[in-house]
Amino acid sequence: MNEWLDPLLLSRWQFGLTTIYHFLFVPLTIGLVTTVAIFQTAWYRTNKAMYLQLTHFFGKIFLINFAMGVVTGIVQEFQFGMNWSDYSRFVGDVFGAPLAFEGITAFFLEATFIGLWIFGWDKLPKGLHLATIWLTTVGSIASAYFIIAANAFMQNPVAYQINEEKGRAELTSIGELLTNPIALAAFPHTIFACFMVSAGLIISVAAWHLSRNQHLETMRPALKFGLWMMVISGALTTLMGDQLSLAMVAAQPMKMAAAEAMYNTATGAEASFSIFTLGTPDGVSELFSVRIPYLLSFLSTHTFDGTVEGINNLQEQYVQLYGPGDYAPIIWVTYWSFRWMIGLGIAHILVAVAGLWFTRKGRSPKTWMWKIAIWSFPMSLLAMSVGWVFTEMGRQPWLVFGLLKTADGVSPNVSGLEILISLIAFTLLYGALAVVEFRLILKAVQKGPDDAPAPDPVSGEIKHTTTVY
Amino acid sequence: MELNILWFWIIAAMFIGYFVLDGFDFGVGMSLPFLGKDDTDRRVLINTIGPVWDLNETWVIVAGASLFAAFPEWYATMFSGFYLALLLILLALIARGVSFEYRHQRPELKWKKSFDTMIVVGSAVPALLWGVAFGNVVRGVPLDENFNYIGSFFDLLNPYALLAGLTTLLLFFTHGVIFVSTKTEGDIRVRARALAIKSGLVTIVVAATFLVWTTLAYGTLASGILAAVAAVALITAYLANLRGNERTAFGLMAVTIGFAVLTLFASLFPDVMPASNDVANSLTIENASSTPYTLQVMSWTALIAAPVILGYQGWTYWVFRKRISRSHIEAAVH
Ligand code: HDD
Ligand code: HEM
Ligand code: HEM
Repeated sequence: MNEWLDPLLLSRWQFGLTTIYHFLFVPLTIGLVTTVAIFQTAWYRTNKAMYLQLTHFFGKIFLINFAMGVVTGIVQEFQFGMNWSDYSRFVGDVFGAPLAFEGITAFFLEATFIGLWIFGWDKLPKGLHLATIWLTTVGSIASAYFIIAANAFMQNPVAYQINEEKGRAELTSIGELLTNPIALAAFPHTIFACFMVSAGLIISVAAWHLSRNQHLETMRPALKFGLWMMVISGALTTLMGDQLSLAMVAAQPMKMAAAEAMYNTATGAEASFSIFTLGTPDGVSELFSVRIPYLLSFLSTHTFDGTVEGINNLQEQYVQLYGPGDYAPIIWVTYWSFRWMIGLGIAHILVAVAGLWFTRKGRSPKTWMWKIAIWSFPMSLLAMSVGWVFTEMGRQPWLVFGLLKTADGVSPNVSGLEILISLIAFTLLYGALAVVEFRLILKAVQKGPDDAPAPDPVSGEIKHTTTVY
Repeated sequence: MELNILWFWIIAAMFIGYFVLDGFDFGVGMSLPFLGKDDTDRRVLINTIGPVWDLNETWVIVAGASLFAAFPEWYATMFSGFYLALLLILLALIARGVSFEYRHQRPELKWKKSFDTMIVVGSAVPALLWGVAFGNVVRGVPLDENFNYIGSFFDLLNPYALLAGLTTLLLFFTHGVIFVSTKTEGDIRVRARALAIKSGLVTIVVAATFLVWTTLAYGTLASGILAAVAAVALITAYLANLRGNERTAFGLMAVTIGFAVLTLFASLFPDVMPASNDVANSLTIENASSTPYTLQVMSWTALIAAPVILGYQGWTYWVFRKRISRSHIEAAVH
């Protein structure tokens, strides 16, 4: 068969592309809807014009972004059946349930109340209208939980038994499925990371305006808010990342070995974490590295004299367990994506702490500092994406760890040509939409918040002036 | 009742929800070139569905996920088998959804017009292709012993399935136009009603042909009765619209679509995806379904969630019950 029309390779590219793309929008949705809800609550309670301005301003950015998350999400839902039909047959009994829960409990909530929020400004009483944005928030966070629980089954299959006759996994306990240790750690880690991304956006936007000395009355408090949000959610992300590492080592020791490109089992000080390595790109031989002794041992076991298994040892074990084959993921991808995720995360926390220091008591930082701050948003989004690339690529060659290989999940009856057509169609459409979306967001950001609405002459109440539509 | 039978009908109910609700969104989208004389008109049209199209579309996401959970084999066979058709539906839904949100982001008429075109195409393509897809399910497709579809894309474009597609296209168009007449005021309302009178006639002829064909070729006594109810509801809807009872007409169109979907599901039962080449390869509610345990979990979830969901969705329609007119748009622009 023509190598370029290999359905497996093309399906993997398509899934990777569309999922990464979907997840460029989702973190901002989850983070910003929460932020907007907080701003609107502040307006509701204090009646300060500034909070209403911030609600509208970030609400508009949120909505431009939200549309993309929704339309790309439908693709995800359909793709399991379209491109991975053998996978769907194998896991449907287990994996379908959390997906269905997501739709029934989360997406309906989100899709309904977002409509009420957008169009309901002058139709609903103030308190009820506030409730609609909070219900949207609940919906978006719940949806993340269910999808991560579904994904966690692929990382660490639990609550199933194999039906040999039907050749599939069957659910034995819904409670156990939804409390998969990987899900319990990955969910808060992801949610806090989403908050980091939206904090990144707020910092970037505020820094851009403040460096131009404009919109000071709204952007100064926004900056403070963003910096604090970054520090807090950054600390929580790190904390949960640590928990996630433990759970991951228990479920997929190969992933941690691959994350560190560690070929041989090491104990204690030898189980060091390399911050930086210069070597051959495949990581097989090392020229130069900066290492922190004991750290890998600590990350993997929470003790300083723990043993971390190496790739070669695990490979041998897996061959005995699952038969001949290559059981290691692509090492340079896992090695670098893991580092970039952690490195960027720590960098964000440091930048935010520095930002709080340099803006204390109304001080104004230097020009070059603004220039760094503006990178907060793209860089936190990058940390997010490489984190997922690590998780998903580190799972290879398994689709469901230990049960089903990626190569066995692809639709057997869909031709390479059909997948190529869809891959090209998605690439073109997504590419075009990315340009449109980016320009719209940039325009909305540069325009800045609308002027403060005048208080009602009779009641002194601050009312919204524009209907977002 | 066995849970897999129950879930067969719940899936049917979800697709009814989807086609009744997003059906009028598609109709409103397709009506833009006919009813939208200028930009203000088009905004009136789009605003009739603005607050609700997303929740309506979510019905298909929930239907798809429930299909996955309750009948994984059916989901896998149908979605991989109809690969290119579903790809077109996805591209269309993306184009439509983005356009609703982005058309008003810039004032230039050219910008708006290109998104309007995307709305029209993005509404017409799924309206047609969902019918084609379900027509093929009812008619049966060639499957191998692992239930994989072994035909080609062009095998899906047979006369019966194309007629099914034309039927959904026309039903949704008329449904949407009547919806416009119930949601607007002034000239546009009058024109919408007049358009529905014209399109209604064509719809009756095509839909009746389709229902008769379905009943004769694939039907049972029960599906024949359901088809008859659908036909009567459609004709009554037409008469109600003729008399100017727009809301009654709209309600009856919803009944028509509901019973048409029921007709298809009743013709299928107890198959979910009959194999046209060899009956032994057919997917049925027995061999396509999940385990009783999974179905039980799903049933409890659905039972608890359904009243809540229907409650807040109904409430949403009630909040946005007022008619929209050109003056609303002009006032908002100021
Ligand atoms: C802003 C984003 C961000 C930041 C700063 C971090 N992470 Fe992360 N990480 C993610 C965003 C992310 C993610 C994209 O959200 C992932 C992908 C899957 C998941 O659950 O979260 C992830 C996955 C992920 C995994 C893989 C889980 C698996 O494969 O089962 C581990 C072990 C860690 N993280 C650990 C950390 C540690 C120890 C961090 C800090 C010191 C850290 N992450 C910072
Ligand atoms: C949102 C963040 C996610 C990102 C960025 C992401 C990224 C990726 C990437 C890059 C691949 C390709 C890996 C490869 O083929 O080597 C992949 C594969 C896959 N992922 Fe994810 N993923 C995400 C979340 C999920 C979730 C939540 C699920 C399931 C519920 C999931 C299910 C899959 C499946 C089924 C494949 C295809 C098989 C495979 O190639 O491994 N992914 N993903
Ligand atoms: C590969 C797996 C994934 C699938 C199948 C999937 C499915 C979907 C679907 C169908 C929608 C549209 C919902 C609507 O119309 O309202 C959507 C949007 C959304 N998804 Fe995903 N998704 C995936 C990955 C993820 C992940 C990993 C997360 C969270 C961590 C997530 C969170 C969301 C959220 C919050 C939304 C709604 C907000 C928005 O659209 O921006 N999704 N997703």
